[in-house]
Formats: sequence, structure tokens, C-alpha cells
Amino acid sequence: MASETVNMPERRRKLPSMSVLGPVIALLVLVAIGAMMNPNFLGAGNITNVLARSAFIGIIAVGMTFVITAGGLDLSVGSMAAFIAGLMILVMNAALPVLGVGVPIILLGMATALIAGLLAGLLNGFLITTLGIEAFIVTLGTMGIYRSLVTWLADGGTLSLDFGLRTFYRPVYFDGILGVSWPIIVFALVVIIGEVVMSRARFGRHCAATGSSEHVAHYSNVNVNRTRLATYAMLGVLVGVATIMYVPRLGSASASTGVLWELEAIAAVIIGGTVLKGGFGRVWGTVIGVLILSLIDNILNLTDLVSPYLNGAIQGVIIILAVILQREAKAKG
Amino acid sequence: MTEPVLSLRNVHKSFGPVEVLHGVDLDIRAGEVLALIGENGAGKSTAMKCLAGYQPASSGRILLDGEEVSFASLHEGEAAGIVLIHQEFNLAEQLTVEQNIFLGRELRRGLLLDKAEMRRRSREYLARVKCRVDPDTPVSKLSNSDKQMVEIAKALGRDARVLIMDEPTAVLTNAEAAILFEQVEALRATGTAIVFTSHKLGEVKQIADRVSVMRDGMVVQTAPVQDMSEDQMATAMVGRDVSDLYPAKAEVAADAPVLLRVDGLDVPGFAEGVSFALRAGEILGIAGLVGSGRTEAMEGLCGLRIARADRTEIAGQSVQIRKPSDALRHRLCYLTEDRKLRGLLLDKGMRENLTLQALARFGGLLIDQKAEDAALTRAIREFDIRAGRRDVRVGNLSGGNQQKLLLAKVMQSEPQILIVDEPTRGIDIGTKQQIYAFLSDLAASGHGIVVISSEMQEIIGLANRVLVMRQGRIAGELAGEAITEEAIVRHAVGVGADPKERAA
Repeated sequence: MASETVNMPERRRKLPSMSVLGPVIALLVLVAIGAMMNPNFLGAGNITNVLARSAFIGIIAVGMTFVITAGGLDLSVGSMAAFIAGLMILVMNAALPVLGVGVPIILLGMATALIAGLLAGLLNGFLITTLGIEAFIVTLGTMGIYRSLVTWLADGGTLSLDFGLRTFYRPVYFDGILGVSWPIIVFALVVIIGEVVMSRARFGRHCAATGSSEHVAHYSNVNVNRTRLATYAMLGVLVGVATIMYVPRLGSASASTGVLWELEAIAAVIIGGTVLKGGFGRVWGTVIGVLILSLIDNILNLTDLVSPYLNGAIQGVIIILAVILQREAKAKG
Repeated sequence: MTEPVLSLRNVHKSFGPVEVLHGVDLDIRAGEVLALIGENGAGKSTAMKCLAGYQPASSGRILLDGEEVSFASLHEGEAAGIVLIHQEFNLAEQLTVEQNIFLGRELRRGLLLDKAEMRRRSREYLARVKCRVDPDTPVSKLSNSDKQMVEIAKALGRDARVLIMDEPTAVLTNAEAAILFEQVEALRATGTAIVFTSHKLGEVKQIADRVSVMRDGMVVQTAPVQDMSEDQMATAMVGRDVSDLYPAKAEVAADAPVLLRVDGLDVPGFAEGVSFALRAGEILGIAGLVGSGRTEAMEGLCGLRIARADRTEIAGQSVQIRKPSDALRHRLCYLTEDRKLRGLLLDKGMRENLTLQALARFGGLLIDQKAEDAALTRAIREFDIRAGRRDVRVGNLSGGNQQKLLLAKVMQSEPQILIVDEPTRGIDIGTKQQIYAFLSDLAASGHGIVVISSEMQEIIGLANRVLVMRQGRIAGELAGEAITEEAIVRHAVGVGADPKERAA
């Protein structure tokens, strides 16, 4: 790591800004509060539970970090997840008589989810970049489309995975390696790869440049449209990955699957210090944002200090605080 | 002679530390058309903005009917009967033509808008300027010339005593300009005082009563228009010594290889049939007025905007350049005129900016930050970039240091052919000298360089050969001793290469 040391003394001289420290401190405070309130809080069971539940939003939020950093936005991910889940269940149920219960059918379901996610992301990206429609409008539209499609596929009710299949698929959510469940492992992998790509790879630099100034990026030989398109495609694939983890948990999909996931993912990204208007993003911050949001929920459920019904209010306050911290950091920098 | 309606007396205007007007005196009289001419950056637009109260003067007096006034805003100026029509239009794009004409002074009957009366008057004003647009059309749907006519219709509706127009004919066709001049004559006859700027000396001769010539933020000459020929106007606009700011020009060897040959380059809407060749070791200047298509032609050449060329050759090989990466692959590189909007990421540090264009040269899948840091160290030394800290936000650097960083950034792609657009805009003279020396050395080492500039001196001081562009075409080529400010201005404003030739 000789390359790191060259600049270290200069960077370390001053304390990191509040936009860096803020989310970390908030997370530590939440952990301390949780530990004081309930002795079970730091138990392996609860920690695993919190992390596994965070994984779906977390995997999506990593993708969202890239989209937002490149100056975009995607409101459709929650509906997209529901639609992919529904599609996956339909495909697996339909293939059951041919393939039977076994690994091939699970792989088929996974491939369906990944391909559907990729195509859905490419569609969003195509409309936004090639046709030049605003990201907010495009993804507001596709959000409605996917939500409506899953409701239609389920005929207003619930799409359920065949019982035998569900039993076979369940371990993908509940089992793991050395007591760490699969969603947590996948989440961790996505985060590590995401962080490296964002901070060390050319693609991450191009995302930040595109979000920072489209014109400068264009004049600097960055293919702005292709960079944006790639962020949406990548987010779509990650929605597919999250869905693969999600389906075995309940074994069903309905109109209420993944509701408000898009806003939770965006909130996690913003709390983590990524700038909503683009130009700067950090994946590790997003992870902290996701953990903060799930810990608030978890603590309110474990303790009776504050009604769990106020969960949304507390999350709202945190989001606004995060943005205020960001603004102060910018004013100083 | 009548008393002036509006006057500037010893007006100075500074933007931050830079003073752009150094004591301007102007008189505007009722029933008279005054033309304000000068090179780009001579201070014409600023002087007009001070006149209209759009920008406050830093010092000096503005007299209205002999009384000193200070307008706190454009509205106060308009209330006093002074209307400014901007070079960039001042119309609300989403509103209709009629809504724009009455914007801020809507007619009412009781509490409600008097739409019938506004419609009647809109039609009347539009008819006076012979503009056939429907008053219900949103302004965003209008062509530039129609927008100009709407601006004038709007001024008619304001019963202006003083009408100030900044390059009103720049976007008009000859026929539209003729209609404008009819209106100007009609307004003059009714006693309105009119000021306009133009780069077209022919129309100045045709329409103005008096001419004031500005140079370097001062009025250098004011005379009745019949006392000045177009050649005299052009001479008055220029005429400065070229100091030793510029390095000595090296001769280009007659057998130096041609690095770049462009044939019939078209950039739709901006440039047509641009053809030229550039030799190794040569500095080719491209002069012309702002809006003559210089920038767009070169951006088109470098794949930055849609363009088409009959043939482009780099180092003797025919090449197709459709996107920026094609140009870079052939080691052809363009340095933008707008370092803040197109050149640098102001929110990022120097390292990210330095390597952005040539990121593929720094590592493979992952970026080699060690190599980036080394490149930054080299660039800081080579280009004498003075930043307090290495991790400073680029937006906090001075203009000169930003420009040096931008030059360093472009050089990371190791271009063989470098096109620099306004390389010294808004920077101090010391930095200018450094940049000139760098460009000169680069040429001496066998690179080909194109310098686009609005500063005549810069072109004359640097270039071995000069192309002058006018209205999207190359209007003339000058070389060696023939490169003079007068010759450039003549080509740029379309007067012709030399007076004898024009007379013939």
C-alpha cells in the first residue's frame, strides 16, 4: 500500500468532516442505545436478523448509490423487485412439471430474476439516456407499470411458490456458511465489490464525473450516456439479486411486495453521504445508512420506549439531519 | 444640438479585482441613433448595462436629463423609460408572446386582466415590426429572429425614451434586419434615443448618426458617422503595440510534414466548408468574432458535436472522427474555451481532474493512484500550478491556476495536435506569458497547434498563419507580415482583405 502512504499525512492532519463522521457516530449511538435498552440486542440472533433483513434494501441501495452518483434516480426498484419476484415464481412453477424439484429449477429461477432485472434496468436507462426523458418521470412511470403488472399476474391476490419448491429453496435465505446466512454473505460481497468499483475503478470515477458535470465529462472523453445506462442496468441486476434472496423468505409475491423499498434505498444512500444531485458517492456510507434505518426499526420493536408506529417519523428526522450535515460540509469545503 | 437624454460621465466598472470600464463618457440624444463599436471584450456590453441600470457602475455618474440618477434595478430604469434588449434574450420561454410583451405591466380592468385590450395592442406592436407570429405562441417555439422582433415589440409597448440594443442584428437575416432598421428610423423620428452595438460596420454606416468607438474599456473616439469610413472605424477599433509578451516566432520549415488536413468540414448550424491544413511545428491562429463558428467547427472536428467532413487526414492517414475518443486515439486534442462549465470538475480535487480525460493511461481495471499522484506532482512542477494544498477543490483555485491545470489535463493524453480555444481568457498577464511560452515550446518540439482566440494580439503574437472565420466560413487567410489587426478585423466583419481590393 505504498501508494496510499504518499498522501496520508496530508489527509489525516485534519479530522474528517461531519458528513463522514455523522453517519458513523449515529450508527454507534444507535448500537449503544440498543445495547442499553435490551440485553438481547447484541445477541447473535438479533444481529443476524437485522443484517439479513437489511440485505435486500442494502443490495439495492448499493446499485442506487451508483445511479445517484451519476446524477440519476430510480423510483421503480421496489415495484421492479415485486414484479421480478412474481415472474420468478411463475416461471419456476411453470417449469416444475418438466424439471422437478432440484437445483436446475432454482438456477432457472435465479437466471430469470437476473435477466429480468437487467432488462428492466436497461429499459429505464434507455428511456433516460437515449430518449433524454427525465429520470424521475421515467422511473415514476415504470414504477407504476411493474406494480400494476405484478398485481395483474397475481390477479389481485398472491403468487405462491409451489410448496415442495419452497421447502427446497428456503435454505437460500435461512442457511449460510459458519452461521452467517446467505443474504448477509451476498450483501457483503456486493458491498465490497461496489466499494472497490466506486473508489478505485474507472467506472466509479466516470460516474462521479458524469454526476458532477455532464459537460465536463463529455469534453473529457467520458461516454456520458453509456455510463448512465450502465448504472441503471447494474441497479436492475442488483434488484434481481435481492429478489433471489427475498423469494425463499416468504415464497410468495403480491401487490404489496417491495412497497416503499425505493424510498428506503434512496434514504439509505443519502444518509450515507452520497449527494442527491450527483457527483459524489460512497458505497460504505450507503451500508451505514441501511444499517441505521434497520436499527431504528429493530430498537423500536425491542423496546417500549417509543411506539414502533413512530418509526417513520424518526427515520424522516435522520434523513433531514443527514442532508443538513452534508450542506454544512460543502459550505466549509 | 439637443441636450443629451442619458449620459455616462467617467464611469468605471469592476468585476472583482478586474476593471473592465476605465472612465467611460457617452452621450445619448433624443432622435439620434448612436452606434457603439469595438472588439470583443472592449466593454460595449458592460457600458450598455450600466446605461440601463442593469449593473451599477463602480464609480462615476449616470445623468438622465442632466440629473444624476442611480438605478437600483432594471425596473427603475424601465420606469424612467430606458429599455435594454440583451444579447441573450430576456424573455420568459414558457410564456406566450403576448404574456411576454406585457410581462410585469399587465393591463387590468378592475381585478381581472384586460385580455382583449392586451391582445389588440400585441397585434398592433407585432404588426409594426412586421412579425407574423401568433400572440398565443409560447416564446420557446420561436426562432431567434422572431424572439428579437418580440423583444422590440415589447420595447414598443413600453414607450421607451431610450432604447438600448446589444447586437440586435447578430441573429437576424438581412431582410429581418431591414425591418428592424425601418422601426429604428420610425422610433428616431418620434424622438426616441437609440443606442446599439454591432460588428457589422456596413449597417453602422447605414443606420447610425454618430459612432463611439470603444477599446480596452474606454471610448477612444466619437464622431458623426459621415466623418468615418468603415476602414477608419476598423482602424480605430484596433491599433495597439504587441509587446514582448510573446515568445519569438519560429519559422515553420517548408518541408515540415502536414499533421492535419481537413477538407469540407460542416457543423450543421454553425460552420460550413471549413478546410485547412496544419504542419508540424506550426501555430495556426483562428480568429473571427464570437459566434462566427470557430469553436463549433473545432468541436465538430474533435467529435464533440455532430459534424461531417469530406475528408480528414491525420499524419497522412485518412481518419473518421465521430466521438471524442476517436480524436484522442489519433492524438488530436481540444482544450475548451469554458474551463468552468466544460473543462474542470470544480467540486473535485486536482488529481481527479488531471487524469479524467486520460484515465485509461492510469492503470487497468483499477486506477493506479500512485501513478496519478506522480502525474500530479509532475504537472504541478511543469505547469507551475500554485495551489495551497494538493487536495484543494479545483473551484477554489484562481482562474490562472485552473487554466494551467486544464492545460496539464489535456496534455495527459499526449496530443500530437492540440487545439486550444481562448487559452488565456480571464487570466493575468504573467500566466498568459507562461501559457504562450508553453505553446511555443510545444510547437518547436514538432507538435501542431491551433489557437482560437478573440484577442487579436494573442493571434498576432503567436500564430505563423491565421484563418479568419466569418458566419461559419473561412473568410480569409493571412500569413507572416500580413497578419495585422486591421486585416483580421476586415475579414471578420466582412469588409474585405484590403481597401484597394475592395475598391476594385
